[in-house]
Amino acid sequence: MKFGVVVFPGSNCDYDTFHVLRDVFDKETTFLWHKDHDLKNCDCIVLPGGFSYGDYLRSGAIARFSPLIQEITEFAQKGGIILGICNGFQVLLELGLIPGVMLRNKNLKFLCQHIHIRIENDQTPFTRSSKAGQILKIPIAHFDGNYYATPETLVELKKNDQIVFRYSDPDGSISEMANVNGSMENIAGLMNLDRNVLGMMPHPERASEALLGSADGKIIFESIIDYIESRK
Amino acid sequence: MKIRILISFKESILDPQGQTVKNALHTLGYDFIKDVRQGKVFELELDGISEDRMNEVVPEIAHKVLANPIIEKFDWKIIK
Repeated sequence: MKFGVVVFPGSNCDYDTFHVLRDVFDKETTFLWHKDHDLKNCDCIVLPGGFSYGDYLRSGAIARFSPLIQEITEFAQKGGIILGICNGFQVLLELGLIPGVMLRNKNLKFLCQHIHIRIENDQTPFTRSSKAGQILKIPIAHFDGNYYATPETLVELKKNDQIVFRYSDPDGSISEMANVNGSMENIAGLMNLDRNVLGMMPHPERASEALLGSADGKIIFESIIDYIESRK
Repeated sequence: MKIRILISFKESILDPQGQTVKNALHTLGYDFIKDVRQGKVFELELDGISEDRMNEVVPEIAHKVLANPIIEKFDWKIIK
């Protein structure tokens, strides 16, 4: 299987993501330049973290006008697997592939720290190797991660089990304390209705080697690989 | 022709930056300030467009690009 990591001007987790997929998981991985119109036959597209277009206007707002977005949208409509991490999640929200929007963190601070998330749904291509209730220690690094959706959207998200990760205490309880950025319902990761597009604020690529403090994020890439290889 | 577009949060959205500014103003003794809402301003210079077309296209631009309609609203006027 083959991964594609999209590079926008201002992406800065593209090389970390590339390294983890190629060197830790030993999978064929390629960069996809945002100005091209070619997904190079990738099975999974990763929108990495960073500050695409300097976060001008709103985080992720300009990246959605990049040429490659046309192919990415078609790929999503055909059921292709897409993972948006941090700024990648913000791009998916601005694109409308996932409902909602990010507001500035409730404490108005850029948050760069390890946090815990609880897996809410293990019946997804992104979490199928995990168990619901499992807790991951994983870093976040963002200014705009305070998830907001209209009350009607929130009802739909819950009804359709689209909430994949929630910020939790280390023991797994969903508390206000654990909700570092102020997100509605402690939401840290969400997928679309068709379950092939996931956006998450935490950085699994920064938690894929024990040497770097945690390897808990590996389960997400393992799940994707398992899903795609089982499909072939 | 020059127009000014003002983007601000909808009333239902909490604006922590506005709150912080309000608190700062209160610290300075301006305690008659009841609320502060922060927004964004865009000034667009237009050329070769009829007024009818402008009335049609400016809200479109604001809605599609400049504001995120889930959380923001906009207002605009001709300034020159």
